[in-house]
Amino acid sequence: MSSPAPLIKTDDTLLGMLRALLGHQLIELRYEVGEVALHVRREGLVQTMAQLRDEGYQQLMEMAGVDWPDRPERFEIVYCLLSLTRNHRIRVHVTTHEETPVPSITSLWPVAGWLEREVFDMYGVLFEGNPDLRRILTDYGFKGHPQRKDFPLTGYVELRYSEEHKRVVYEPVELAQDFRTFDFMSPWEGAEYILPGDEKAAPEAPGAPTPLKADEIKGTGDPKGAPAAPTPKTTERPEQTGAGAKANAEAAEPVDKAAGRDGGHP
Amino acid sequence: MAEYLEELAGERDPADPTVGDTAIANYTVNFGPQHPAAHGVLRLVMELDGEIVERVDPHIGLLHRGTEKLIEYKTYLQALPYFDRLDYCSPMCMEHSFVLAIEKLLGLEVPTRAQYLRVLFAELTRISNHMLNLGSHVMDVGAMTPNLWLFELREDTLNFYERASGARMHAAWFRPGGVHQDVPLKLLVDIADWLDNRVPRLFEDAISLVADNRIFKQRNVDIGLVARDDAIAWGFSGPMIRAAGVPWDLRKSQPYDVYDRMDFEVPVGTRGDCYDRFMVRVEEVRQSARIMKQCLAEMPEGPIASFDRKVVPPRRAEMKQSMEALIHHFKLYTEGFHVPAGEVYVATESPKGEFGVYLVADGTNKPYRCKIRPTAFSHLQAMDFMMKGHMLADTTAVLSAIDVVFGECDR
Repeated sequence: MSSPAPLIKTDDTLLGMLRALLGHQLIELRYEVGEVALHVRREGLVQTMAQLRDEGYQQLMEMAGVDWPDRPERFEIVYCLLSLTRNHRIRVHVTTHEETPVPSITSLWPVAGWLEREVFDMYGVLFEGNPDLRRILTDYGFKGHPQRKDFPLTGYVELRYSEEHKRVVYEPVELAQDFRTFDFMSPWEGAEYILPGDEKAAPEAPGAPTPLKADEIKGTGDPKGAPAAPTPKTTERPEQTGAGAKANAEAAEPVDKAAGRDGGHP
Repeated sequence: MAEYLEELAGERDPADPTVGDTAIANYTVNFGPQHPAAHGVLRLVMELDGEIVERVDPHIGLLHRGTEKLIEYKTYLQALPYFDRLDYCSPMCMEHSFVLAIEKLLGLEVPTRAQYLRVLFAELTRISNHMLNLGSHVMDVGAMTPNLWLFELREDTLNFYERASGARMHAAWFRPGGVHQDVPLKLLVDIADWLDNRVPRLFEDAISLVADNRIFKQRNVDIGLVARDDAIAWGFSGPMIRAAGVPWDLRKSQPYDVYDRMDFEVPVGTRGDCYDRFMVRVEEVRQSARIMKQCLAEMPEGPIASFDRKVVPPRRAEMKQSMEALIHHFKLYTEGFHVPAGEVYVATESPKGEFGVYLVADGTNKPYRCKIRPTAFSHLQAMDFMMKGHMLADTTAVLSAIDVVFGECDR
């Protein structure tokens, strides 16, 4: 028994069939966690999708964007296809970056129109050939692409009703408290940094300079090498106790006066 | 005044009643976003020729709350309650896709009783959702009484929700690895009693008022026709694709949890109009009741969540005795569990259609990306296609038959 997720059977012959079908358009075929993911070339996307549709993957159920800022082509567009006749699902992945448009597949599936609009709205990915590439989910006049990883969770503007102007006004976001992010990396599970206070615990690199011994410093007679001799600590005057101005003033008072203020003691 | 009327009458030619009419240009009206029949905050910009709809441009996103972005900043368990707030008419079915996606990535086994409980409550949710939709559908086309009767049943389902999870709507009861808490035996007895006595009486009474009603049929039959191939191309799912004649139900074709043990029928429409969609949902309620009865009859005793303590927190009583349990509890409710890196797309049959979650995990305790596939998104996109050439008043029937809820559509 494994997880109770929806049962999708992948035929052994299917992977070979997909490889043969797509040919050089296919960059990589991954079969992980029971799901088939086809990474394909962006240029031939429309043809690839048409081939897959004619091969039985009739329905385009979903398009998702993913942002990987560290990759050379940071955006990944994922098309989830469903075959009603084969009872199977596959995913098709293409990558792109901000300037390069992805060919639109609205000519194959009318449903792609809004799905592409959503990816455009959320990530700023352009789709070449989409006749109606407007924003869809965000506000009228919204700036930026909120699902990008470099877009802050709180956004840049907030709106409120202004009694003064008698309308809704937009203002820069002001947070009463900083957004709290917690770091859950554990030093026992391979955190790649040193926790504060742990610097000394780290072993020194081989070949590091050995600290000089006291007699070696004397022998050289070099004032730069030796630490400055500390001033001897004495408490001859009340100021030197370090107890603060008030205590110093009290200590400076004559003894009989201080006793009288305490009251009761002879 | 009399002269004016004579003048008007004089211009009329009995042979051609349009003589003297001024031709008017198409005009655009705004339907919503605060229209009671818009089922939430939907703004339809409609181009009308008289009363004929020429073009519909749905403006959505007025309820966009950035759920997907928020989920990226939460642990898996903290992200779960956001799903209740997507389709707030069927909360547990939303959670279902998410927990199944997590379990698939973790490769986590779920005890049989938990699977039965999930199926039981997913079907209860389906009835709850359809009560709302069928009721508001008949109300949108002019009938009042069935809505009130069906709301009584919906109220019962919300009470069951409360007795199982403590919350009437936002249950957060399905958890990765099982369900949050076991149900009392009395609740199961009451659900059985409700299915035997209350549902058939109230539901069949309410439907008998409209199913063969002439006015209801005039408002729905042949309205919003979608042929089989169009339904496939527009990405339809759920009752919308079944009404178009495609016998496609994820509970049958890609069974999850214990749906493979359930014996039920998949209703299919013949014409693909609003009336078919309505009747498909009516039959689904009966089939859901049937599934629930099977669940109640077959549900075994046993644990209600996985014993994998790295994912499922221990019971509270256990924490009082065991240091290990206390540590697990603390770790799971602060750091949460880590999900191995990978990508899955898991879709379940929610009452409205295919509700999917595309989850990208990067090995940390938070999802790297969680894309939610709402059902209404693709259905609503086809509004323009379905409404072309219909009358303005048919908009409400088509919208109701889509069964759109904006919490889910806008995310």
